[in-house]
Amino acid sequence: MIKAILIFNNHGKPRLSKFYEHYSEDTEQQIIRETFHLVSKRDENVCNFLEGGMLIGGSDYKLIYRHYATLYFVFCVDSSESELGILDLIQVFVETLDKCFENVCELDLIFHVDKVHNILAEMVMGGMVLETNMNEIITQVDAQNKMEKSEVNLTLPVLFMFECMT
Amino acid sequence: MALKIVKGSIDRMFDKNLQDLVRGIRNHKEDEAKYISTCIDEIKQELKQDNIAVKANAVCKLTYLQMLGYDVSWAAFNIVEVMSSSKFTYKRIGYLAASQCFHESTDVIMLTTNQIRKDLSSPNQYDTGVALTGLSCFVTPDLARDLANDIMTLMSHTKPYIRKKAVLIMYKVFLKYPESLRPAFPRLKEKLEDPDPGVQSAAVNVICELARRNPKNYLSLAPLFFKLMTSSTNNWVLIKIIKLFGALTPLEPRLGKKLIEPLTNLIHSTSAMSLLYECVNTVIAVLISLSSGMPNHSASIQLCVQKLRILIEDSDQNLKYLGLLAMSKILKTHPKSVQSHKDLILQCLDDKDESIRLRALDLLYGMVSKKNLMEIVKKLMLHVDKAEGTTYRDELLTKIIDICSQSNYQYITNFEWYISILVELTRLEGTRHGHLIASQMLDVAIRVKAIRVFAVAQMATLLDNAHLLTGNMQRKGICEVLYAAAWICGEFSEHLENPMQTLEAMLRPKVATLPGHIQAVYVQNAAKLFATVLKSQEGNTESTAAQETSQLMIDRLPLFVQSANLEVQERASCILQLVKYIQKLQQKDVEVSEEVSALFAGELNPVAPKAQKKVPVPEGLDLDAWINEPPSESESEDEQPKAIFAKEEPKHSRPRHTEVDEKELARRREARKQEQANNPFYIKASPSSQKVYQEGPGVEHIPVVQIDLSVPLKVPGLPMSDQYVKLEEERRQKERAEKKKKEKKKRKEKRSGRGKKHDSGPESEEDITPAHMVDIVTEEMPENALPSDDDEKDPNDPHKALDIDLDKPLADSEKLPVRSHRAAEAPKSPTEDGDAESAALQEPKKKSSKEKREKKKDKERDRKKSKEEKKKKKHKHEEKEEDLLGGQADEPAVQSEETSEVAAPPTSTSAEVSDLDFWLSNAPVPSNTQEAATVAAEEAAPVPEAASGTAPDSEPDEPKDTEMEESKSSKHKKKKQKKEKEEKEKKKKKKHHHHHHHSDGGGGEESVQNGTVEDEEPLPPMSNYCLLAENSYIKMVNDIQGNLQDGSQVVVSVIFENKCESFLKSMEFNVLDSLNSKLQRPEGSGPHDGLTVPFQLPPGVSNEARFVFTVQSIVMPQKLKGTLTFIVKVGR
Repeated sequence: MIKAILIFNNHGKPRLSKFYEHYSEDTEQQIIRETFHLVSKRDENVCNFLEGGMLIGGSDYKLIYRHYATLYFVFCVDSSESELGILDLIQVFVETLDKCFENVCELDLIFHVDKVHNILAEMVMGGMVLETNMNEIITQVDAQNKMEKSEVNLTLPVLFMFECMT
Repeated sequence: MALKIVKGSIDRMFDKNLQDLVRGIRNHKEDEAKYISTCIDEIKQELKQDNIAVKANAVCKLTYLQMLGYDVSWAAFNIVEVMSSSKFTYKRIGYLAASQCFHESTDVIMLTTNQIRKDLSSPNQYDTGVALTGLSCFVTPDLARDLANDIMTLMSHTKPYIRKKAVLIMYKVFLKYPESLRPAFPRLKEKLEDPDPGVQSAAVNVICELARRNPKNYLSLAPLFFKLMTSSTNNWVLIKIIKLFGALTPLEPRLGKKLIEPLTNLIHSTSAMSLLYECVNTVIAVLISLSSGMPNHSASIQLCVQKLRILIEDSDQNLKYLGLLAMSKILKTHPKSVQSHKDLILQCLDDKDESIRLRALDLLYGMVSKKNLMEIVKKLMLHVDKAEGTTYRDELLTKIIDICSQSNYQYITNFEWYISILVELTRLEGTRHGHLIASQMLDVAIRVKAIRVFAVAQMATLLDNAHLLTGNMQRKGICEVLYAAAWICGEFSEHLENPMQTLEAMLRPKVATLPGHIQAVYVQNAAKLFATVLKSQEGNTESTAAQETSQLMIDRLPLFVQSANLEVQERASCILQLVKYIQKLQQKDVEVSEEVSALFAGELNPVAPKAQKKVPVPEGLDLDAWINEPPSESESEDEQPKAIFAKEEPKHSRPRHTEVDEKELARRREARKQEQANNPFYIKASPSSQKVYQEGPGVEHIPVVQIDLSVPLKVPGLPMSDQYVKLEEERRQKERAEKKKKEKKKRKEKRSGRGKKHDSGPESEEDITPAHMVDIVTEEMPENALPSDDDEKDPNDPHKALDIDLDKPLADSEKLPVRSHRAAEAPKSPTEDGDAESAALQEPKKKSSKEKREKKKDKERDRKKSKEEKKKKKHKHEEKEEDLLGGQADEPAVQSEETSEVAAPPTSTSAEVSDLDFWLSNAPVPSNTQEAATVAAEEAAPVPEAASGTAPDSEPDEPKDTEMEESKSSKHKKKKQKKEKEEKEKKKKKKHHHHHHHSDGGGGEESVQNGTVEDEEPLPPMSNYCLLAENSYIKMVNDIQGNLQDGSQVVVSVIFENKCESFLKSMEFNVLDSLNSKLQRPEGSGPHDGLTVPFQLPPGVSNEARFVFTVQSIVMPQKLKGTLTFIVKVGR
């Protein structure tokens, strides 16, 4: 099981946080801070696994992370997940983001965190890996975006009418 | 005016979206909090608007703010509103927000049930998908219970996209609502062989997750997984399966043998490191589970170790890390194979990567031997020096101690060395582990007698140089070491070379800055030292020196008497007075040293932490049995005190069979009463209401007031055990005293013959009865301690509830709670086939777990009932049916579906079990690993059936409906029990018929009729049409055709014939969707809406309508249930 997925930048600013277990907002922030603290002090060329922090997890949990340019992608997982598998998954996630945003950079994540959530939702659901095939993920994300677009076209005039009537 | 409003709201609508918010926050770096709070105010305004687009935008922004740590739970209701938007765009926003901030105690969650149910059955797969995704994050036990059935239905959805999500979410449902596991499991298992790899992977995922926690329940799936493992090419699936096997092998060694070969093949063939690694891991698990030493397995070990070495030598740090991790698993069972790679592991200690060093440390723990311990520790100490000021150093410290102290100091050959290591470790600044070092010092000094001289000398030095340690002690715990040092110096002061100097060191004013508990030990042990010093000084007949020592104590102790710490203060003042008294005696030239040292005579010995728990219950003792006669019923109400004491009973329930003579008994009784009288918490029973029982001796001595207090004596259990406790204590004290004598003797004898090596056993006297474990010297268990029953399992672990036997046949009562489940639980006539048999089969097997479940259900039922009773008071049956309707009644169809499942398991289970044995015992992979789950698989042909019945689509509380439904449900019950053999027959029986009409219009009079036709003869005139339903108003016949263009569609033509004299109108036709088939409804209508029949029927006329069903699978025959509602126009 994946317990949490965090994305933050080199300064520890959260860009996405997805917890698959409930924590209070304060605890969530603490976890993000702690995780950032643990991850950021590590050198570039060390392994990508980290025995979990104090707040999240415990002995069975690991932090598995990757660092891309300005962003850290951190997955907190328990022992039922394959470490190398999760590393691959992060790679798939990032590549998917890259496809969806066309050369993704931190700004895309900053301004479109909702879209990132939607992409992530096609990969991981409730803490379990849902789909690892990038093409499949993109197909589903695109189809949903298309639906959204068609709704927008529909919505505006209707809204107008509705407003006018009131 | 109107335009203004329009403009205003549209402006607002577009004035700040998520991007604007983010931009705004970035532009207000210096007063971010303030900016955000204005934004939140804006959002609150936006949420007040009726426009859903504005609301959705606001919620979207809230989701972002939630990520920044702002509590947005106040908007929970608005989130629900946005979730229920019909637009996918907004729905998605709503569900995302919900998944980010809803949790079990969000109270609006219960408002979402119907909305989610609606979304789950939406014709748009993405509506369903979004609902599933959201639900996976915030599912609660209530939601899980209410929606389990809907989700289960989705597991057989036509779209793999929905299927895989539904399968995955089932795990969450199981966690929250364990009762759903058994009913849903057969389908989950089915999904392991789903044609879509995504669905398959999801099913594997869920089952692996389940099996990881309760592996034994999933052993029977091993053949299926084995098949998947040998056939699948999806690495994700393979990894999961291989991990699962790792969890299963410890339970079934035969499985391990079977696995070795394919796993070895995979190891050789795969290029994916992740897969290779998991294979190695599972092979290791297999090897651990197999009895070691078999020749062909040593090859496997070699293979593993060799592969791991390659990983560790890899330049990729990740592989190195994992290699070490896996290596440590091998270490436990095959230390020799790992030890040959010591060079490599020591090399890893120098790695720049801390994670890797830690892993290497773990490995070292298992690699030490008597020979290399010192060498390894030396190396570690070097690292300790290098790692100044990091947590890694603390880790090193604990590891050093772990390594040295493992298995009772097995590898330590020279304890002087170990003590020096410990002393060296105290020089570390800022470590958190002072207490760890301290406890090691204590442990070694106490248990290794030969080392005491050395230890005491070292500790005295430590005490002398205490100021070095206390430099930054305020912050960190290294001063804990002084606790140990003081105690050791005091307790073993006879070994001190210069006790006077140590005594002075312990009474320095600086000591008062130490933490309270350490000061207390200082004070106490100063007294011990004092006794020792006196002894030596009096021996020398220098009475002045002795008096000076006393004076020193008297001078220094007041400092501690002033301590704020109670413990310190108390001890100090006590000892101060004692010393003053001693001084008085000294001035009179009385020799006191003997008596003073008698204060501290005797040794304190360590007891194993779990020893108390491990005392076996003596043979023949039944702790639950009555000791006295049980009390008569009549007493029970007015005997509070007994109840109170009875509760305490287990605490001292270690009674032994002892002969107690009457006098002794009476004496104790007296003592106890005395105690009770003085105990303010003892509630005295009122004399009037008591029957006086006691006739025993000693009654006459009891004061009148207390006379009734003796009644508790007759209470079973307590008073006796109380007595026994006392008895025990007395006995123990005696024996303790005796033993001490013995021990002393023994020790003296032993001391001569004892080397430095270790401390272990000799003190664990054979003659120690369990009752005296307190006296056990070494940390050992009572010799006949019960085998370990370590309760590591967390009682709060949600997975515990999922420890459910899945092979047991499914009981009727275990169906998922569709709201009709009460009707389903109604008694069935046992003579009917299939079901009854299975039920009978289950009866004896059902155990407490089931009972519990039923209890729960009962509770739940009660709750619901009471709710409804509040609503209105009707007779029971009605209530049930209302509930049925209230649940929007897609359940009948599901019910029927479930019945067929209920019937299936008994056969498949037995098959499975024997299958497993067969499979395990035979080498070739059998092709018959397929479970017999698909019982009726061959009977093909899609048979969606429309049935009629009339249920006006009105509110559930209309009494007419309930009456109608009443008959309907009775029908269902009958239906369910039938297991048709032939397809044709099935078709017909499946139909159920009831019609209800209520006349509308002027009269307001209602007529209720239920046609219950079980006519099975096809109608002659239309050979293909067969009777669907009939009553005095209407007759329906139907024909079913597949759609040639679209294989997933079936067209059902129904001919309605008006048989009465009145006009029939407003006919609404509805079929409840089943797992597999759905009535196609126009876009936008809900899953439970009926279809309007596009015509009216004048008397005697018939007309045909066609209904299209989507069918997911044509493998299983289907029963569908439906209703036809119509209005009979009576008169004018």
